[in-house]
Amino acid sequence: MKPQSHPFQPIRRLPVELIAVPHNDNEAQVTNTIIEAKGLKRSFKAKGAKGKTIDAVRGIDLSVREGEIVGFLGPNGAGKTTTLKMLCTLLAPTDGSATVVGADLRRDPVEVRRRIGYVSQAGSTSPEAKVGEEIVSHARLYGIDKQVAIQRGKELLTALDLAEIWDRTCGSLSGGQRRRLDIVMGLIHQPRLVFLDEPSTGLDPQSRANLWNHIRKLRDELGTTVFLTTHYMDEADSLSDRILIIDHGTIVAEGTPAELKKRVSGDTITLTLRTEADAVNSGGIATRLNGADAPVIEANVVRFHVPDGATALPVLLGDLTKAGIDAIGVDVNRPTLDDVFLTLTGRSLRD
Amino acid sequence: MSFIRDTWIIFRRSMVLSLRQPLWVVIGLLQPILYLTLFGPLLQTIAATSGFQGDAWQVFVPGLLVQLGIFGGLFVGFGIIAEWRSGVIDRQLVSPAARTAIIAGRTLRDVVVITVQAIVLVGAAFFLGLRVPVGALLIGLVLVALLGAAFSFISNAIGMATKSEDALAPMVNTLALPILLLSGILLPMTLAPAWLQIVANFNPFKHIVEALRAVFLGQFDSPIVWIGLLLAVVLVVIGAWVGSRVLAAQTK
Ligand SMILES: Nc1ncnc2c1ncn2[C@@H]1O[C@H](COP(=O)(O)OP(=O)(O)OP(=O)(O)O)[C@@H](O)[C@H]1O
Ligand SMILES: [Mg+2]
Repeated sequence: MKPQSHPFQPIRRLPVELIAVPHNDNEAQVTNTIIEAKGLKRSFKAKGAKGKTIDAVRGIDLSVREGEIVGFLGPNGAGKTTTLKMLCTLLAPTDGSATVVGADLRRDPVEVRRRIGYVSQAGSTSPEAKVGEEIVSHARLYGIDKQVAIQRGKELLTALDLAEIWDRTCGSLSGGQRRRLDIVMGLIHQPRLVFLDEPSTGLDPQSRANLWNHIRKLRDELGTTVFLTTHYMDEADSLSDRILIIDHGTIVAEGTPAELKKRVSGDTITLTLRTEADAVNSGGIATRLNGADAPVIEANVVRFHVPDGATALPVLLGDLTKAGIDAIGVDVNRPTLDDVFLTLTGRSLRD
Repeated sequence: MSFIRDTWIIFRRSMVLSLRQPLWVVIGLLQPILYLTLFGPLLQTIAATSGFQGDAWQVFVPGLLVQLGIFGGLFVGFGIIAEWRSGVIDRQLVSPAARTAIIAGRTLRDVVVITVQAIVLVGAAFFLGLRVPVGALLIGLVLVALLGAAFSFISNAIGMATKSEDALAPMVNTLALPILLLSGILLPMTLAPAWLQIVANFNPFKHIVEALRAVFLGQFDSPIVWIGLLLAVVLVVIGAWVGSRVLAAQTK
């Protein structure tokens, strides 16, 4: 089973035997489901505490269409990696089932492995190994012969702006280069679906933006479906066609970034005051604004939502002055995914 | 067969990486040579006393070979923990490679390194005066390779099961000390008092060392030779079984 397609042709045609779901015309391809999971669950035995279990993932249903970039967003410990590892056959689900690229996760894990790429949170290469060696030896595990692996590897490296690193040791690469190399490793067997676990963690802003471009290109030029986890909302926002928000092992919301933001009632107004007493009083004043929700007060900061921040602000400031309250800071923000998360869970993603 | 192919691929990768750090290979070679040159002469005087059969080299070199097999394998687990930490093990586990090949390929690399060290050891011993039949040397190398395989499997398995150097180190030391003291590796157990000999009889490595000493004395038809070889094979089987169980458990 050697896919013959060139890694850079715009739309990938895969060998027919790879595709279990019906796939006759382009239209069908667009709507193909590439991941379908039902009730995926995973619990761990807690170390130390006897008999106690940690429910890392509590019965997740999810479905991903071919060609999508799906962002799996959630705070630390939400269960992102655990879900990803289950879908990649690295962890057996405690319960539930899933079909991944047409193969059944439980019955045919080896077939799932052949069809997916996985880029782990921990990296994929030994620091002492040379880039070319790692790529070729990894490709050989998929039954790809050496010459094809060298050619494909070099093409992929070039596509990710890593053309000259073939003979370097992996440990000598910068963080951003190494992360892109991990992606090259995950793509060497030309999977239709690739899982990226926290692709940009630890990178500087420039390398992150650069990596995002490459991930977009992956989908736009190769048609690869991308399922990525992140706890950065800007990453989920700018990269994903669709976002799944996970918290405490359950999916709490799902939709395009725009759809999710619509769920938050309007703009956020953040007031910073001199004292906590002022904050409480301002909270009372804010409540009387047209369409405002219940304010959240943290020490001397008050945060609440209004349908339209631009018209509410002058009214608010006027009311505050009348009450003799002096605000030291005022911020009006368009909704972010963090607000979505806050609305859904009552906690901030940043915590 | 994909198991053999995958084992070979993993072996090649590990071998290339080991050769890139020749320091460890050299240190591994240096150790037995230091034993030979600095401890060997002491033995020459003891060899004259009772309880010794054959000359000092015929007694000492088999012990060193067994020691090389055991200790050469026992510490490789640290390497697999480092590889796990850099994500290499998960990367290989997520490929369609045969699970057992992921550990067997690494063990094969260890066996090759240990066997080369054993050949150097035997060569150096020859210079110092070891004279034994070629068949005895071959059996010696086979035994070293088997022991290296068994301990490499076990060490890699403990490494993958604990994923912590801090857990592996005491376990390895706890294993190593009684094996070393109760096997007559450095001095034959025949020099020991009766109670110690009885305790040592429960240590399979004592019999393995004795088997190799018998071979070095040319006693190929002695039953202890078969017992020693059989014990070594059993250890490899146990090691391989534990190793593949631990690897399979990684995705459980
Ligand atoms: N092997 C394990 N044994 C015990 N508990 C585990 C194990 N793996 C994960 N957990 C627990 O399961 C929960 C989910 O962990 P997971 O790694 O999936 O989170 P995550 O969303 O990927 O977080 P992060 O953003 O930090 O990577 C956490 O509470 C974690 O402590
Ligand atoms: Mg994670």
